[in-house]
Amino acid sequence: MTAYTSISHEAVRTWYRAGRTEVFPPGAGATIKYGDRQIAVFYFRRTDRWYACQNLCPHKLENVLGRGLIGEQDGIPKVACPLHKRTFSLETGENLNGDCPPVAIYPVKIEDGYVYVGFAD
Amino acid sequence: MQRIVVVGNGMVGHKFCELYARHPRRGDFALTVFGEERRPAYDRVHLSAYFTDRNADNLALATREWYEDAGIRLRTGELVIDLDTERKELRTHQGKVEAYDYLVLATGSVPFVPPLPGREKKGVFVYRTIEDLEAILDHAEKLQRKPGARAVVMGGGLLGLEAAKATLDLGLATEVVEFAPRLMPRQLDEAGGQTLRRTLEGLGLGVQLNRSTTAIGGNGSITHLDFADGSRLATDMLIISAGIRPRDELARKAGIAVGPRGGILADAYLRTSAPDVFVIGEAALYRDMVYGLVAPGYDMARVALGTIMADADCACMPAAIDLSTKLKLIGTDVASFGECTPTPGAARSIVFHDEAAGVYKRINVSTDGKRLLGGILVGDAADYNMLHQIYRNGMPLPPQPEDLILGARGGGGAAGAGVLDLPDGAVICSCENVTKGAICQTLSSGEACSVKELAGCTGAGTGCGGCKPMLSDLVEAYLKSQGKVVRNTICEHFAYTRQELRDLVILKAIRTYDEALDTVGCGNGCEVCKPALASIFATVFAETANPQAEIQDTNDRFLANIQRNGTYSVVPRIPGGEITPDKLLAIGSVAKKYDLYTKITGGQRIDLFGARLDQLPAIWEELIAAGFESGHAYGKSLRTVKSCVGSTWCRYGMDESVSFAIEIEERYKGLRSPHKLKGGVSGCIRECAEARGKDFGLIAVEEGYNLYVCGNGGARPRHAELLAGPVDRATAVRYLDRFLMFYLRTAGPLVRTAKWLEGLEGGIAYLHSVVVDDVLGIGAVLEQEMQGLVDGYRCEWKEAVNDPALRARFRPFVNTDETETLEFVGLREQKMPKPW
Repeated sequence: MTAYTSISHEAVRTWYRAGRTEVFPPGAGATIKYGDRQIAVFYFRRTDRWYACQNLCPHKLENVLGRGLIGEQDGIPKVACPLHKRTFSLETGENLNGDCPPVAIYPVKIEDGYVYVGFAD
Repeated sequence: MQRIVVVGNGMVGHKFCELYARHPRRGDFALTVFGEERRPAYDRVHLSAYFTDRNADNLALATREWYEDAGIRLRTGELVIDLDTERKELRTHQGKVEAYDYLVLATGSVPFVPPLPGREKKGVFVYRTIEDLEAILDHAEKLQRKPGARAVVMGGGLLGLEAAKATLDLGLATEVVEFAPRLMPRQLDEAGGQTLRRTLEGLGLGVQLNRSTTAIGGNGSITHLDFADGSRLATDMLIISAGIRPRDELARKAGIAVGPRGGILADAYLRTSAPDVFVIGEAALYRDMVYGLVAPGYDMARVALGTIMADADCACMPAAIDLSTKLKLIGTDVASFGECTPTPGAARSIVFHDEAAGVYKRINVSTDGKRLLGGILVGDAADYNMLHQIYRNGMPLPPQPEDLILGARGGGGAAGAGVLDLPDGAVICSCENVTKGAICQTLSSGEACSVKELAGCTGAGTGCGGCKPMLSDLVEAYLKSQGKVVRNTICEHFAYTRQELRDLVILKAIRTYDEALDTVGCGNGCEVCKPALASIFATVFAETANPQAEIQDTNDRFLANIQRNGTYSVVPRIPGGEITPDKLLAIGSVAKKYDLYTKITGGQRIDLFGARLDQLPAIWEELIAAGFESGHAYGKSLRTVKSCVGSTWCRYGMDESVSFAIEIEERYKGLRSPHKLKGGVSGCIRECAEARGKDFGLIAVEEGYNLYVCGNGGARPRHAELLAGPVDRATAVRYLDRFLMFYLRTAGPLVRTAKWLEGLEGGIAYLHSVVVDDVLGIGAVLEQEMQGLVDGYRCEWKEAVNDPALRARFRPFVNTDETETLEFVGLREQKMPKPW
């Protein structure tokens, strides 16, 4: 868990090019590897917004969030962990339906058809 | 305008500010707050969350902007060092002078560090501020490189156990050392402490009781603790959590009266011995006690503000402070309320103790059996909210008070009082001080009709959140009592029941999830409505999980069951449990090739565990080549039709149950439904296939088959009930078509047949009239719809492996061809995931 820390847009030092937009499934999540870290990247097709968070679910510490269903709750984009359905805000990382610790979230930008995820290192 | 100055920006000091910001007469007063720490107030109750994310913002109770907007001057990083109560002014360490008309001391407390030799050594910490946690984390990070690194927590109270969980999570072998003969000595009795101890030990935490530490040893850095009995405990780190000491030095210096063992003396209005100086929170000594809980502190903030503002309805502090607490400890719940350990003879105790499950419940009842005096809950604190209310409001007890912790046995009906029986004055949310009366009034005025809306109107449930279960019970019970129907709509995106939504899909010929959202829904969907609609599309159009993979639950999206460590299990269909030796060999060789753990399932199939996501298509390619199809073990769909060996071999058999089971399983394979479906066929009344424990079961008798429906194994076992019989095979299938289709049409999402029947008005008699007597005249339509689904069957794994686009889904990482690194350990010549 300690490997993951939320990064604000301003704190980004490296924009990692994760792949062309087409390799990311629309309306769902996919996982990328950045060094030893696994990052889940989500494309919300209906709102045309991209989000990223740690792939590790803080509940049982399994690398599975990228395979979870995405959705929104009162307009907040969220992901539901496929193991026990804990949901996490993709804006703040907080656990929306329980008292799990938050997940780290990472900024995403799209440029020239590529998906970039921001890291502080 | 009068000036209020608050010294201290902790949780209670901040609560005072919050209440001020909401007060109608705040304009008559100017508020200034001094905080010694750099940060504005943060949540110390959930401090250990900092270990997981190291993000202080998540603990913040308010931002600087909030203080600005509220018109409060916040001066953090500034320590008040002098107080002149005659001139009514104070001085900070920067030499700045501030005058006040009213002063509120909210200076809090410091951790008590026993005067042990060696306490200044490196590796010795306390647990109170974010800075303390930073230091602990830095030290733990260094230790993580050292094999077998150990941590010790001194003090087995609430905070100590929190700290122990944190060091355990940081990967350090952790021991808790407690002076008293039990854990949480203030909240628990002997048996409760024992129960908690065993649970914690089961989680890998060491617990040492009756330990009196005499010295902290080591050369510069800590290496061990010495105990009074001469024994020694090696450790690389020590966190001291041995209680708190009120911070009264400022008051003491200014000549304000303090207690003999510390704490600033306060009366029932929180006034100190100096004029216009108040004290709130952990610094206060009220009725000879210092209160380390946040709820009494919040009450103090309320009373002090009300007194300063001269509110007409300002109450004073109650004579008896409620010390009830409920907390989530490491993997278990603990709660205590009222008198947890009354003097013998003053109360009758009722105790429930399940050692195997780690559950201990004790309630103490007055000797006349009329009042609840207090209690302890360990391992299962679900009853806490209600018990706490009964205790606080002095409500009468049911004739058998033991029902309160055991539940009513026999005779039906809930034990004791329901939420609606609580008096209007009962405080439901103690953080925000919201009463039951206020909640019911908000509900009846129509301002709110859900827990969420209540939070917006009244603030209830927005503090610690502990009252949320009770709030939701209250909302539901109240609305029901008012005759308002609580409709089970799918979610915020679809204001329909599943049945209504299914009708709309058919009526409006909706083919995709997006269309459904655009035509009959709102917003952008969620994890509840997506699979619900996927199930509807499957039951209306025989759509497999492939075309709209993004709305399928994970299991359906990857056509396999996700298991504990994010690997998947693979279950090929073996209709009726009949399999040839060649097919057995094929499964065996696949399992061997991919190193899968194999186990026979309860449904007479073979489950292959431990497959990586990327391996699934290759595994299935081989299984399909050997003649297998998807077993749909991952879906809310038909699983298996279990059979006994039947008249082909069995000397008692009345019919070929295996052949019939295969026929039925082949007919309904791939059928998606509101929940999973299981069937069984037994060749005689000995019932070896356990058909009556299934959603549908057929039992051969002399004249044909008896058809039973809506049985269930699992957590709530229920025998299936006779729907028809004896009937011949063709009729049995016809009735099954109708029964299943009727269930598919009308059940809510994730409702098994047994629960569905419970909710069906008229029960099995009504179901019989629909399926057998066809009173609704829909029999032919149901059969026709089912035939459509049967004809539409395709093996979705065949679809998936043959389509490169679909196969791309199984790549674990989209940016690299690396595979996942997963950890397994050996288990009886096979493997299993490394334990959590």
